Amino acid sequence: MGGLTALWGGMPAWSQVLLWDLAKIVAIVVPLLLSVAYLTFVERKVIGYMQVRIGPNRVGPRGWLQPIADGLKLLLKEIIVPSGANKGLFIVAPVLALMPALVAWAVVPFTSTLVLANINAGLLFVLAVTSMGVYGVVIAGWASNSKYAFLGSLRSAAQIVAYEIAMGFALVGVLMAAGTLNLRKIALEQAGGFWHWLFLPLFPLFLVYFIAGVAETNRAPFDVAEGESEIVAGFHVEYSGMTFALFFLAEYANMILVSALTAVLFLGGWLPPFDFAPFTFVPPLGWFLLKVCAILFLYLWLRATFPRYRYDQIMRLGWKVLIPVTLVWIGVMGFVMFFTPWAFVFYR
Amino acid sequence: MTFESAVFYFFSAILLGSAAMVVTIRNSVKSALFLVLAFVSAACLWMLLRAEFLAIVLVLVYVGAVMVLFLFVVMMIDVNMAVLRQGFGEYLPIGGLVAVLMVVEIALAVSPRQLGPTRIAASLVHAPPLHMSNTRALGVLLYTTYVYPFEIAAVILLVAIIAAIALTMRRRPDTKYQDPARQVEVRARDRVRLVKMPTEPKA
Amino acid sequence: MLHIRPVVPEIIVFAMACVILLADLFWKRRFKGLMYGLTQATLIAASVTAYGLRDPRARVVLHGMVVQDRLSTILQIAIFALTAIVLAYSRTYIVERGVFRSEFFVLALTGVVGMCVMVSAAHFLSLYLGLELLSLSLYALIALQRDSIPATEAAMKYFVLGALSSGLLLYGLSMLYGATGSLEITRVATALAALPRHDLVATLGLVFVLSGLAFKLGVVPFHMWVPDVYEGAPTAVTLYVGAAPKIAAFALFLRLLVEGLHGLSGAWQEMLVLLAFLSMAVGNIVAIAQTNLKRMLAYSAIAHMGFVLLGLLSARVSGYADALFYALVYAFMTLGAFGIIILLSRKGFEAERLEDLRGLYQRSPWYAWMMLLFMFSMAGVPPTIGFYAKFAVIEAAVSAGFYGLAVAAVLFSVIGAFYYLRIVKLMFFDAPVDAGPLRQGRDLRWLLSLNGIAMLLTTPWAGTLIAICRSAVRGLP
Repeated sequence: MGGLTALWGGMPAWSQVLLWDLAKIVAIVVPLLLSVAYLTFVERKVIGYMQVRIGPNRVGPRGWLQPIADGLKLLLKEIIVPSGANKGLFIVAPVLALMPALVAWAVVPFTSTLVLANINAGLLFVLAVTSMGVYGVVIAGWASNSKYAFLGSLRSAAQIVAYEIAMGFALVGVLMAAGTLNLRKIALEQAGGFWHWLFLPLFPLFLVYFIAGVAETNRAPFDVAEGESEIVAGFHVEYSGMTFALFFLAEYANMILVSALTAVLFLGGWLPPFDFAPFTFVPPLGWFLLKVCAILFLYLWLRATFPRYRYDQIMRLGWKVLIPVTLVWIGVMGFVMFFTPWAFVFYR
Repeated sequence: MTFESAVFYFFSAILLGSAAMVVTIRNSVKSALFLVLAFVSAACLWMLLRAEFLAIVLVLVYVGAVMVLFLFVVMMIDVNMAVLRQGFGEYLPIGGLVAVLMVVEIALAVSPRQLGPTRIAASLVHAPPLHMSNTRALGVLLYTTYVYPFEIAAVILLVAIIAAIALTMRRRPDTKYQDPARQVEVRARDRVRLVKMPTEPKA
Repeated sequence: MLHIRPVVPEIIVFAMACVILLADLFWKRRFKGLMYGLTQATLIAASVTAYGLRDPRARVVLHGMVVQDRLSTILQIAIFALTAIVLAYSRTYIVERGVFRSEFFVLALTGVVGMCVMVSAAHFLSLYLGLELLSLSLYALIALQRDSIPATEAAMKYFVLGALSSGLLLYGLSMLYGATGSLEITRVATALAALPRHDLVATLGLVFVLSGLAFKLGVVPFHMWVPDVYEGAPTAVTLYVGAAPKIAAFALFLRLLVEGLHGLSGAWQEMLVLLAFLSMAVGNIVAIAQTNLKRMLAYSAIAHMGFVLLGLLSARVSGYADALFYALVYAFMTLGAFGIIILLSRKGFEAERLEDLRGLYQRSPWYAWMMLLFMFSMAGVPPTIGFYAKFAVIEAAVSAGFYGLAVAAVLFSVIGAFYYLRIVKLMFFDAPVDAGPLRQGRDLRWLLSLNGIAMLLTTPWAGTLIAICRSAVRGLP
């Protein structure tokens, strides 16, 4: 032990920083991947109960080991590269899909102290990084050399670009209300009980953000990029084994990311709903996880309830409903904040 | 070499390499992807200059939106490089000559002797305000000093939208179009007619 | 508080463009001519406002972005007037060609905003953005008739070359920024004065800037787009492209070269001599070989721009006034010439060949005389106003000591007279080929007649007009 301490002390400063950051990254990514695994399990269970079924219950006690078994199965399966596929891009695509989903976590504050990189332009960083996720889908669809996959990727490209605009505008509202781009400060702005949380004054933007988040992650009812009943499995129809698993991981990691961001931006992050005794006993991380879980449950509920949108309906909703709603609300906010005495509603 | 300059050279090398690949590679989709790489490396260079807003917006706008739509188009059209390259050899001598001449001229003009760092620093009138973050400084400048060009740029974008729609939208008479409002307003009695039929007596 | 008074005309025009877009959405069916009426009302209101806000002192506002002086006011009013006349001329034409859409008027108005920004720019940024706003509107206007292959081709060529020239201009501006450390035109001028005489960076920047500007003005050797665009675009759009944007491009020369780079005047004078000579030569000689009327007028435009440069390259205030006068006179002459083409065209028939002018005298003596006036004015035959304009710029070149160039200018205008007079011959002494009726709106007929008579009747006041131009450029170095 003493030897280890000496070794650490003898290392140059930059490598200490590097190792320390690496340790933090591992501390975020490993629980994240575990939650992804169990999110799939929860999804099957929840949807099962909603549809009056039981869901997976065979592997391990009450089916608890199901995700492990699934993971093992995918690991051991062969990766098939279709003939005529563009091999390099075919392999790179799932990595490109997963990478942004993980990178964005760097700036997400779990509590006021627990954040990997507390940067000033955090909100912009998240937007920029998540906007790169679409490349995985688009390249996968093109590199597969398959019509279904290509259709899926085209659908996805147009859809994600459309909803990114609505999402960006919704975040402009958050930015106006919080007065900062730093995610940690945005959460801290909402301190003092749930009536200070931003989802109340920004309710339309909150809805738009969540809907756009569902669309950005290609989840039901916006899952036309996969659309298994229409275009088989869309962009990942040709993928198998680990390459398929990476897409799967990316999708669920993105779901958790959007939920975490919704919690931080609109629901006060790690802050308790009431600032007094019984509520403050729960640790901040606990509140954060609780909120994330609640939003994730919404995701599953949506999937169990709604049929898939048709493609033109998705486009109509994005361009003609969500974007105008955000624009109007931003206008209203700007007007109220600068020309009326009720600015305190949005901005303290 | 400091750590920062090492990072600078690393990203510059990637930027130049990918930019070269954009114009030389045969596959147009890969070319577009190399352009994406070039954008990302340029964003990293901006990060090094502590222009984080520009860097992130470059990624957000160009990588996240513009290039996605660009890829969308490139993937759908079938670019025949053989046809595009026709006449390449024919125009190479004159084009190459002009290019070489221009490069030499520009290199002479912007060489360190003519336009070195000392001269740039001496001629800069405004020093950037350092007391606030780059994002805030840009915002303040855009909405005060540069509000006029900023608004004109917005007008240009509006004109681009109008032009794009005017040039591409055409109402085809045979298009089937849904009016969601009318779909929602529909009532059962508009669609279903209940007809009372007397039961037929059993034969 | 921002001082926005000087940009109120621009704001009016742009706001009305937005109103027209919205009005199109809701009232298109109910009122047919609404968009046209609104557009004309906007232009009139804007010119009245510009006149009302005039200010004899030059003032720079909006953090050094905009300058309001007599030059900007006069040019803005000229741009509004020219555009209003263009729209009046082309109303029937665009109705018949199916481009009588609100987009046509909106794009025309945004182009006007761009031109106004250009002529009142005091900063490289506003100058460049105004130019791009104008160019983008022009590209779209040319391609608006999307089923026409020549129009699409013209728009593509214009777009590609225009983008290239914008690149050149920007590159030059960035070099000037590197050399002087400022983007504000007056500061660039003072910084240049402190530089050594032949500063390499600034000079190379000037070369790029001048190439970009020459592209926009359409002078040789940067003229390749002009004939194709003039020929391919619908005549109504050619009219628009050929009139007001020339004025705006000329204003860029005044703002950039004269106000900003006066310190390099020795260098740009030499370059302009070359450009002016080549333009007059190529424009006038190649025009002779054309059988297409619009193409011929395009080469004539190139030649006329050469003459405009003639006044500019004297690098003295009186020369600038002469050049400004020439540019304004040219704009009205070209309006008239294209107006006649529109008059002769009808649905399904474009009068763009020289043949189509044959025997115009027998079909309609009045308009034959009008066309005669336009052609005489373009050729510089006394006593038309065109003669005085030519005389003034040649005199400017002589007084600045460019004797050879002045002699060449006289020579080329004699050569140019050949193809203008050939049109007169076709109209008066040949038998008509096309016998279709001349059915155009009353506004076109009246305005065109007025335009033609003005070529002759303004001559006695040419001195006054030149004096006004002189007062406009008085502030320039």
